[in-house]
Amino acid sequence: MTRGPKVGVVLFPGSNCEQDAIEAVRLLGGDTEVLWHGDATVGGVDAVIVPGGFAHGDYLRPGAIARFSPVMGAVGDFARDGGPVVGICNGFQVLTEAGLLPGALQKNRGLKFLCTTVELRVESTHSALTSATSVGDVLRVPINHFEGNYTCAPATLAELQHEDRVVLRYLDNPNGSVDDIAAICNGGRNVVGLMPHPERASHELLGSADGVPLLRSLLDAASQKAA
Amino acid sequence: MRFEVRVEVRLREGVADPQGQTIERSLPHLGFAGVSGVRVGKSIRFVVEAADEAAARAEVEDMCARFLTNPVIEDSEVTLTEAAPVG
Repeated sequence: MTRGPKVGVVLFPGSNCEQDAIEAVRLLGGDTEVLWHGDATVGGVDAVIVPGGFAHGDYLRPGAIARFSPVMGAVGDFARDGGPVVGICNGFQVLTEAGLLPGALQKNRGLKFLCTTVELRVESTHSALTSATSVGDVLRVPINHFEGNYTCAPATLAELQHEDRVVLRYLDNPNGSVDDIAAICNGGRNVVGLMPHPERASHELLGSADGVPLLRSLLDAASQKAA
Repeated sequence: MRFEVRVEVRLREGVADPQGQTIERSLPHLGFAGVSGVRVGKSIRFVVEAADEAAARAEVEDMCARFLTNPVIEDSEVTLTEAAPVG
């Protein structure tokens, strides 16, 4: 029996979306491994998901403590080596705090915790999360966050725009994010952070399967890494 | 030497502060008119041991840059006071 590429899912104290991510990856034929926050290794995985939740209780700031976890040093090395890394929701916050992605996530405009489904437009297919989509595709994906209001310095925003690194935008901006940004990638395009939850839109039974092409892209990137 | 440290973490100038705005909008309903410029931050207090005040300040500034603040959206003001000797 052939197994798909192996996706490591990071588990911090306070993560709460790791099982959803594992189920979604397996649904698409991928293999998975839980990466414990206290271990300074990503093992032999071909891609990493930093899942949603409230790592370390979001104390100080979301992601501020998680970024110093032993596993994050290994995730950083893996990312710098070109390995595909996706941070979802709290995972996006962790990646910005770790300096693997620029900018920061502030409290939502309007100070409301948002739990709803939003529409996302694919802006770039040149990333580890969007290679299996087409520019202009509109995807219905849930959001579930209080601090998802993406912000960055004007020079950083100009760089993201100029380098086509805004990979997903909200059609109807729910949280005040600058330039309607829902997802960005790093310069190498192998690290992507997004506030919406593609793993919760992995089957029609969940209300939407629009997260599938995103996760499929990640598995494709993982397969290339494995090859 | 021991120093009592207070780090005031604030959102940078120009960064939207939805908590501050919400407080500002609420105050008139309680009869507090004429309040403006509300900004919400946080205060972190601790004691640090160092050779002298300059060394203590350098260490706290380093903590601020690497951990206590997110320089993308926050800055900080550090206040040091020499603590009473122990014992």
